[in-house]
Amino acid sequence: MPPVEQISGFMYPNEMELQWSLLIVLYPYITGLVAGAFILASLARVFNVAAVKPTYRLSLLTALAFLLVAPLPLQLHLGHPERSFEMYLTPHRTSAMAMFGFVYLWYLMAVLVLEIWLDYRREIVEAWKESKGIKRVLYRALALGADNVDEESLRVDERVGRVITIIGIPSAFLLHGYVGFIFGSIKANPWWSTPMMPIVFLFSAIVSGIAAVLLLYMLVSWLSDRPVDMACVDTVARYLFYAFAIDFSLELLDLVHRIYEADESFRSLDFMVKTKLFTSQIVMQIILGTLLPLGLLGLIQVVRVSEQARKAIATVSSLLTLAGIFAMRWNVVIGGQLFSKSFLGYTTYKVQFATREGLLPAVLLLLLPFGILWLLLKLLPPWKDEHPAGLPEVI
Amino acid sequence: MTTDRREFLAHAGKYLLLTGAAAVAFDKVMAGRPAEADNYRTTDHWWAYAIDIEKCIGCGSCVRACKAENGVPLEPFYFRTWVERYHVRPEDSLHPEVDSPNGGYDGFRELYAAGDGSKSFFVPKMCNHCADSPCEQVCPVGATFRSPDGVVLVDKKYCLGCRYCIQACPYGCRFLDPRTNTADKCTLCYHRITKGKTTACVEVCPTGARQLGDLKNPKDPIHAFLKDNKVQVLKPQMATGAKLYYAGLDGSVR
Amino acid sequence: MAAGGVRPDHGAASMRESLRHRQHLFRVAALFVTGLLLFVAVRALLVPPDFGLYGHYRAGALTDIRKTAPSFAGRSACADCHPDISEALAKGKHARIGCESCHGALGRHAADPEKLKPAMLEIPALCLSCHTANVAKPKKFPQIDPSDHGDGARCTSCHAAHHPGDAP
Repeated sequence: MPPVEQISGFMYPNEMELQWSLLIVLYPYITGLVAGAFILASLARVFNVAAVKPTYRLSLLTALAFLLVAPLPLQLHLGHPERSFEMYLTPHRTSAMAMFGFVYLWYLMAVLVLEIWLDYRREIVEAWKESKGIKRVLYRALALGADNVDEESLRVDERVGRVITIIGIPSAFLLHGYVGFIFGSIKANPWWSTPMMPIVFLFSAIVSGIAAVLLLYMLVSWLSDRPVDMACVDTVARYLFYAFAIDFSLELLDLVHRIYEADESFRSLDFMVKTKLFTSQIVMQIILGTLLPLGLLGLIQVVRVSEQARKAIATVSSLLTLAGIFAMRWNVVIGGQLFSKSFLGYTTYKVQFATREGLLPAVLLLLLPFGILWLLLKLLPPWKDEHPAGLPEVI
Repeated sequence: MTTDRREFLAHAGKYLLLTGAAAVAFDKVMAGRPAEADNYRTTDHWWAYAIDIEKCIGCGSCVRACKAENGVPLEPFYFRTWVERYHVRPEDSLHPEVDSPNGGYDGFRELYAAGDGSKSFFVPKMCNHCADSPCEQVCPVGATFRSPDGVVLVDKKYCLGCRYCIQACPYGCRFLDPRTNTADKCTLCYHRITKGKTTACVEVCPTGARQLGDLKNPKDPIHAFLKDNKVQVLKPQMATGAKLYYAGLDGSVR
Repeated sequence: MAAGGVRPDHGAASMRESLRHRQHLFRVAALFVTGLLLFVAVRALLVPPDFGLYGHYRAGALTDIRKTAPSFAGRSACADCHPDISEALAKGKHARIGCESCHGALGRHAADPEKLKPAMLEIPALCLSCHTANVAKPKKFPQIDPSDHGDGARCTSCHAAHHPGDAP
């Protein structure tokens, strides 16, 4: 319930209540991680970037873990979660949101699950043959009862998998560009309404996904006592730097364009950025979340530093990047609701804690993918060579 | 068995052949009360609305009547219609002072002194029942829609409460009803206008500032209103096909 | 379908061989097709039968929305039983004001006049809700400052509510 005192200036009365909460910030954040992780995986597969191969399977599993969680914040936010299936029954052709269910299912089933399944089939079949009891049933079901893993079958898998990855790249672009379109197509809201939105969302997604996988790769290697492939870390960090540079240029372009055009909404939005959004936009997103990691990553491109230092820089920049992209999602979603569409006033968003759309469910939803990833790593260990049927006990 | 089949046929046939309103009439006839059956046909009407700013006295009767007629929650941030007060310095029409205490429900206390060189006026607001409504465009499931007679409505049994429509309305006319968790907005008193009555807000407006109009009825006074006045819609740059026409709308109003 | 690895001279045996290499793909495809058919079937069952009759919405929603009973009866309903007041009103300056603008929603009174009597009106407050001076009101509209008008007397002792301008 918004106390009317939270309003400064004038808002249309119905605007006082903020409609899209922290959970809707999570939605593009999580979907972005999915798209980014997948695009990193396809670098290894389609473009044959050998150095990032060690992250291939981890990227796919990360994408899957996050994708499974992606619809949950939306679901929790709905006034009538039990009616969400209507999106599949009577999707409205003209609604950007209506396609989410289909884009999601397509990406989940036709791309991610299929690609992971094909890539892991040999191990799944091996695990099925080697294990007993419930585990045997599980792996057998996963293999769909087909145990043809001879050389020729695997060659077929490799070819089909490649085609799926190639379809997967535009699908990943679609998945997240589309999330950007949900916001970018709202002409009533000048903070959102820009054709740049899908493309900015896409590049920030790539940035956040790469950062997440880089971090997870180092973390999982450390937890399972495996050596970190430094060539891999360096390459992924370099890609992170490039993607981030593009992303930041696009956002700057948007910013410059807005400032120069200075349309009817400009004064209002400018004021908002300098006051209500100052911490999250200027400090968190731009300075700490973009300029600092860009500087650090840029530094290791030009200056030779020790392996230990490069690891530390990669870790710190990834963490900062993840925080920065989260701030970016926050600024888009929440920022777009803090000003009045009359351009005459502002409201405040106070995050609650243990409510349905509060901080607690948000934190749990952000932790959930890591739990799922842990299970997936147990079930489908990404290391091809050793211990096919399970991770060492450390993990 | 026979009854079941007849019922089924009646039901299916009714929906296949009749408009929604005619289906209601059909129900009444079948229930043995043909006197209550009405002959409202959605295709005979195209509803619009007109507001004369020069006549509004900011009494808030419309806001109170709307909440009473439609059971709108009384909190100060749920309104199907509300009234704003503008206070504009002529040399700075880009930055008006605007207020709408409790949506104008309790009227307006005097805030400004006469003769301070500025102009003040009231602006009643409500759904524009846009012909190309952005809210209807973005509804993912078809829970918000434009009826064949031009009224933008919400199907409360179908709305899933995603609130995309609230974001998409440029005029701030929608809210989430906290009791049903579904989107809510002005229905143009659809339950009244389809029974030959006018809307609650028009019914109680003491100065005739508000006027319901049927653009398909050549005798409707709204045609004279549109012809005799300089009229404008809110935020015309949004190109929503708004059908809420204002006479005497100042350029400072947004 | 006959992708690399299948040599023409091997005939039926190689065909079988090639199918065996792809048997898992057929199973996946079967799973997907089953899912798709299931979806189509469930969808056909669950979409409301009246959805899409007039547009992309449930036609029955129009009926649902129309069901609400009006609270305000409307001025013609008042005139049916109170023709005298209605005539007096028509002659005065308040001619355009609907009865329920002052007397409140009286749909239930109109439905059952004996049982539900309209409440007495709060006279100064009601009149002042329109006639208190305010710079935002149109200049032509009659406005008073209650502190220097009427000496605290009841408005209706000087003004006839239904036809102001005349003595009550």
